[in-house]
Amino acid sequence: MSTAYQIVVCGSIVPDPLQTLEPVSGPADPALKNEAMLPSVLDPWAGHALFEAANLAKNNPGSKVYLVSLAPKAKLQQVMMTLAQKVPFELVALDGSASGFTDAFETAGALADAILGIPGLDKSKLLVFGGWESASRCAGVTMQVIGEKLGIVDQFQGVDELKVNADGSLEILERIDGGKHQISTCSGAPALLGWATGNLPEPKNNPQVGMANMRVVMPALQKAKPAPVGAGGIAFASVALPKQLRETRIVKDAAPEEIAREIVEWISK
Amino acid sequence: MENILLLVHTEADGSLAKSALESLQAAQSLAGGLGGPALTIGIVGEKIQAAANQIAGCGAAKFLGVEGADFAQPRYASDAAAAEALCKAAEATVVIAPATSRWTRVLAGVAARLNGRVETHVTGLRAEDCAVSVTRWYYRQRMEAVLSRTQRPWVLLIDPGSQPAWEGATGTAVVETIAVTLPESSKRTTVTGLRAPSADAQTIRPDADLLFVTGAGWTKKQADGQTHVPEAEQIIFNFLKLTRASLGSSKSLVDLGGEGQAVISFLTHLNQIGQTGSTPRHPKGLSTCCHGEEPHAVGWRFIKERRAISLDANCGWARGKADVLYIADAFAVMAKVNELVGAQ
Repeated sequence: MSTAYQIVVCGSIVPDPLQTLEPVSGPADPALKNEAMLPSVLDPWAGHALFEAANLAKNNPGSKVYLVSLAPKAKLQQVMMTLAQKVPFELVALDGSASGFTDAFETAGALADAILGIPGLDKSKLLVFGGWESASRCAGVTMQVIGEKLGIVDQFQGVDELKVNADGSLEILERIDGGKHQISTCSGAPALLGWATGNLPEPKNNPQVGMANMRVVMPALQKAKPAPVGAGGIAFASVALPKQLRETRIVKDAAPEEIAREIVEWISK
Repeated sequence: MENILLLVHTEADGSLAKSALESLQAAQSLAGGLGGPALTIGIVGEKIQAAANQIAGCGAAKFLGVEGADFAQPRYASDAAAAEALCKAAEATVVIAPATSRWTRVLAGVAARLNGRVETHVTGLRAEDCAVSVTRWYYRQRMEAVLSRTQRPWVLLIDPGSQPAWEGATGTAVVETIAVTLPESSKRTTVTGLRAPSADAQTIRPDADLLFVTGAGWTKKQADGQTHVPEAEQIIFNFLKLTRASLGSSKSLVDLGGEGQAVISFLTHLNQIGQTGSTPRHPKGLSTCCHGEEPHAVGWRFIKERRAISLDANCGWARGKADVLYIADAFAVMAKVNELVGAQ
């Protein structure tokens, strides 16, 4: 039995992980130094969620993928230039801060409202995807709160695999403590899945997909609603880089046997 | 005055995990710092009396519990209902819980139901002038913040390994059971089992004394111009078997599989540490063939004693971040380490 799903992926942008990040005091909340200048990428775990969504849609004809994203729209447009070439999706853009210092509850509220505003949304076909944590706030909060606001109580986090069974039920593998996976079966949509890495590699760029996506991406960016999210209720006493720098003892020109002995002695202590 | 609730769940054997005892210690310390508000313990599980007895001597004013077959397995709908009921029964303003996978996936939703807020990955708790503040990391452990909130209830998920564990007397606790009846709509999901490697093949051991970190260098061409992946695999596997260390890996090494290159067969994304992996806590860490600067090095930020083996004396992964850096061939050194450990 094939089901046509409405798959809504929530994903924002984060600074390229290879960039040097430094916190500074903003007018209201903390920010990153030169934040507007930092190159951005799609949040890595949200990226996995998007690629898994596209794969699920491909295997279930009639399904559609929406990407709901809250970010400064100029930066979002830059990221879309690459991302739009990966997999087919329809963008729903919100123009607001993607800072890790904003409150996840405010972000979740804006995203949930945007999801509810998707024309023709049918909750009986709805699968809400996203990364289980972002690379900015790293809290694992936003997706759960979105689920609560949408009334979805079948939620899964740290998902590495989703299989649709012949009867339409969903079999889901979630990461749990100690390097294990928990296997659950859910009777079907609606459900919310916060993805970890999944199993799919990043798709190669496909210019045809890019052309098709960009026809709707640009209008979506132009009509992006402002989403004034902040950190209401949070008082930051300090935000700082870790100062710890170790005095590294460098051992050069020692024989492997000698090093091995030292390591074994250290391990055994 | 804050009302503090410690929220814990039982393990498969009915006991409380070490992370629960760490959160208990944190809750007690916070209560002390706030001038001693009453501490309530809330327990969720199939059977909870044994767990309550395990911490009977903690001095809590009250033990509350939600129990039954519906609460045996970690499932969002049932766990959220149980936690919500306990928070309401305790009239909690501050809820402290261990950041286990079971609680981490549900307590943000519970905070939303209660119109409260949540802080996850909390590594420190402070009480100053009757105000609570917490320490947590942002941008994948790259910057540390101290913050407080006005919203209540405030749910705080404490990272395992960040606090000392409570030690105290067991006894017989009087538990007040809170009735929670799940509607059928909360039973659409069934937990059917676990998937885990066999005991010998399990390379992730959160309680291990040592984290062994492998980098992509293990799969690169060596001095003879050839790769030696099977040999690397044997050396690493033997080391893990002999020492019972936990295995961490750089993203680049895990990703090689997706790029069709020869890989260490027992490495998965679950082993990945750093930016898009875990940041485990172990007393000691030994990294081998790892390279990269700050963004890559966050994977062992919470490792206390660190040593590294690398051919590059200036590698940012090790210099300034490790206590000792051995400039040597990891193949040769680790083979000798295995010999020595095997002979012990």
